[in-house]
Amino acid sequence: MTTIDIDQYKIKNEPFYYAQHDEVAMYEAAYTCRIPVMVKGPTGCGKSRFIEYMAWKLDKPLITVACNEDMTASDLVGRYLLDANGTRWLDGPLTVAARIGAICYLDEIVEARQDTTVVIHPLTDHRRTLPLDKKGEQVTAHPDFQLVISYNPGYQSLMKDLKQSTKQRFSALDFDYPDSKTETTILQKEADISEDMADKLVKIAITARNLKGHGLDEGISTRLLVYAANLINNGIKPGPACRMALVRPITDDADIRDTLDHAIDAVFA
Amino acid sequence: MNSEELQAYRETLKCSFKDLDAVFEDCMIEALSELSAQGIKDYLEGASLVCMIGRGFEPVLVYLEEMPQIVARLGEPILCNISQCVWKMSRTPNGNSILPFLQSLPEAARRLGSEEQMQHYIDVVFDLMEKTTGSIHGFHTTIPSPGLPDFLNQVPYLLNQLSIEGLRNWVEYGARNYKSNPDRQRDYFSLQSADSRAMIQRERHGTLFADHERKLDLYLHGFWQDPEYLVPYSLAFDELRKPVPYYDSLGIRIPDVYDDRAGIRGIDRYRAVLAHIAAHRRWTTALIADNLSPFQRIAVETLEDSRVELLLMRRFPGLRKTFMALHPIPVEDACDSESESCIRHRLAMLSRAILDPDHSYANSDLLDCVSSFHALLTGSDSSTKEISDLAISYIARTRRQSDLLPNIRFEDTEIDYRDDKAFDENRKVEPIEKEIQGLPPRHYPEWDYHTKTYRPDWVSVYEVLHPQGNPSVIDKLLLKHNALAKRLKQMLELLKPQNYVRIRYQEEGSELDLDVAIRSLIDLKCGSEPDPRINMSHRHDGRDLAVTLLLDLSESINEVPDGCNQTILELSQEAVSLLAWSIEQLGDPFSIAGFHSNTRHEVRFLHFKGFQEHWNDEVKGRLAKMEAAYSTRMGAALRHASHYLEHQQADKKLMLILTDGEPADIDSDDPQILIEDARKAVQELDQKGIYTYCISLDPNADEYVGNIFGKQYTVIDRVDSLPERLPQLFMSLTK
Repeated sequence: MTTIDIDQYKIKNEPFYYAQHDEVAMYEAAYTCRIPVMVKGPTGCGKSRFIEYMAWKLDKPLITVACNEDMTASDLVGRYLLDANGTRWLDGPLTVAARIGAICYLDEIVEARQDTTVVIHPLTDHRRTLPLDKKGEQVTAHPDFQLVISYNPGYQSLMKDLKQSTKQRFSALDFDYPDSKTETTILQKEADISEDMADKLVKIAITARNLKGHGLDEGISTRLLVYAANLINNGIKPGPACRMALVRPITDDADIRDTLDHAIDAVFA
Repeated sequence: MNSEELQAYRETLKCSFKDLDAVFEDCMIEALSELSAQGIKDYLEGASLVCMIGRGFEPVLVYLEEMPQIVARLGEPILCNISQCVWKMSRTPNGNSILPFLQSLPEAARRLGSEEQMQHYIDVVFDLMEKTTGSIHGFHTTIPSPGLPDFLNQVPYLLNQLSIEGLRNWVEYGARNYKSNPDRQRDYFSLQSADSRAMIQRERHGTLFADHERKLDLYLHGFWQDPEYLVPYSLAFDELRKPVPYYDSLGIRIPDVYDDRAGIRGIDRYRAVLAHIAAHRRWTTALIADNLSPFQRIAVETLEDSRVELLLMRRFPGLRKTFMALHPIPVEDACDSESESCIRHRLAMLSRAILDPDHSYANSDLLDCVSSFHALLTGSDSSTKEISDLAISYIARTRRQSDLLPNIRFEDTEIDYRDDKAFDENRKVEPIEKEIQGLPPRHYPEWDYHTKTYRPDWVSVYEVLHPQGNPSVIDKLLLKHNALAKRLKQMLELLKPQNYVRIRYQEEGSELDLDVAIRSLIDLKCGSEPDPRINMSHRHDGRDLAVTLLLDLSESINEVPDGCNQTILELSQEAVSLLAWSIEQLGDPFSIAGFHSNTRHEVRFLHFKGFQEHWNDEVKGRLAKMEAAYSTRMGAALRHASHYLEHQQADKKLMLILTDGEPADIDSDDPQILIEDARKAVQELDQKGIYTYCISLDPNADEYVGNIFGKQYTVIDRVDSLPERLPQLFMSLTK
């Protein structure tokens, strides 16, 4: 078996993360006991960034898998591939993480099919093993291995939900958009803009978040605010930048678009 | 003009009323100053004609007095035109309208401004006259138009509200719909009826509240988290006391229409009003104002308005532009404190000075007050109490004896985005938990195929949950059709969604397709080109379908059709039960509703089963109690049902309509109108992505049902086969 370059999974520079509560300490405690962690929250509120930051802080490699509905168990675990001499086994990301002792982060886990998600079960309880049926191998997880999943309850529907048996293998951290003061600070640091500008962007975001459920499925995320700030830094006027980064992506509803455009005009005099 | 000339003119005018001589000279002096020689000739000939119609002196007088001014605006050719019109009118039974017609002309000329427009106006008048002048069988046109004089009296107001195009639509609507009902025609044209007002609203210019209600709701929600009922009031019918926006425990009252003003769009004016009211609701506290004088009170109100506005603009600086444009700019010395009361003027200046840092006012009291106002608000929100103290001291310092004068200067003091105040009442209105007392009616338009327009808010739909009956009745019906149910079950098994379908021969796929892979491997080992498509993947093949079944519950389904021994109602119950049972097996979201109507004012929409409900005893109970009455106004019911169906999240939306006859109602003489309306409703549904399908039990339905539903219908000739056919039909539709 080829050796795995662990270094490529390491986070080299400190990612910027602004703690909202005591989530850092809580995650550290969970890691110490190797309890699997579930991070919940609306899109773009900093879930992935938080995991990145924790991996950096704990100095552990991080393997991220973006889940989708076409993903199968073999995409996670590994599969045989054909090559010139016959077939060759290739480890999937989950297997790699279990072997090298990385934090495996399954992003948007509900998107994956339910029969896919069950393969993580033996890794998430006291067994900490991963059976590779096709290969006939039982991988015992490295002591540093930890599993983290994220999911956004916002578009949870009847069709897309985690099974109880999956849910009950995790501890959970709940994320939400930061309060306006924190979010202003985050924007200032992340996108390098003035406090005043950050404050205005946050105001627009709050307006949109109030409309959630009235035609908007999700409010404007912190990530979109950073995009808007970046556009503004690149010489785009605040109005058009906000329209492009904050309003157009999230809605096609003419009334909502009009209201949010008005919010932009009202905030940027 | 000497007396001989005057005498000559008087002789040209063939009219022998005594009263004429007294006014003739004055009229001629004015006419001579406006008209050319030819004009004078036409003027006098016209007057002679008006005199000849034999309607007394008054029409002549109005003609003589008003025509010179009208000519000054529209040009001389109008002279002959008008006198010919009067003559024409006098040849009809509508002599009583001649005077109102002449009296409406000056205002019309002022509003319309060109001869061409005037001609349009005259056309509208004559059109109305021809359409509404009645005849009784055997006589010729002998009944004067009932609505024409009323209409002519309303012309100044109407032209103020409507363009000539809008006026024409409004008149045509009234003439068409109330042609045969003189009393209601009169109500319509004298603006007494609700319809007539609704039509004016629709034809009006400006930003209508009705078109933007959702935007404004979103605005309140998004900006202020202050969801509140918005209640429109009309500015159009209260000429004397113009209502001002205000709020109370029932909601925020705002005008039903705003024209653009000062470069600010109507929608932004609405937003300015709502922002102002929301700001009061947030920042203004109640004040005991019993011991304030009226002047103190309006000063407190003005300054408090300025305070909340300033707080508003701190949050949303963009509003400043709107406020600056809408706030009047009183001229400092415009008010003469000797002869009129300047109190409002003074306060408007103060308010402007606070709003506009570049104001040009120099009054030292005013400047003092402005600076102490800003000092209060620097770095804090201040409070209603502090502001009230400042206002009272300002009033004390600037008080004049003349403030008490009765003629108050109002010019440039109206700030129209500010609301009405009632300080002594508690301004902080606590939201009241409202009891739900039955849903208010929903109004739907109806399509009028004559004019290709909608009649606004024409039909009122009341929706209720159908009363409960005994569910075991339905169970018995299902038992009776046990054999049929078994057959259906087999068909259903075939229809049941196979969630995953395998797709083979994929280059990229989720799993290896061993058969193909081995073949490829052999190819590879043999040295030939292998097929790279060795994977397979899976595809979702679920049914994503929402269904509404709409039942016609009109009186006629109580009949027993030929060759059956059950009523259509009973057969429908069986059919609907079987269908509901089938759809429940399939798991599609499904709702059942019924409707009947008793004139356009009362269309009842009865819910049997909602999308979220399962096929349980409660639903069965409602079906068991199914009753029939009244008529079939199908369009409104379709629109209302689509209102629920369109919000279902499904790829395909299907609306099944089970009916036994053509759309009809007792208040509709023209059977075609409801058919055309239903047809239009089907088109609207189509645009919303709803597929409609009609199951008709009327053997003669082919004549009209195709007209309404296109090809999407089935006529069931043997009604007793309905229980069997309905579920089968559904399945074949959704296969």
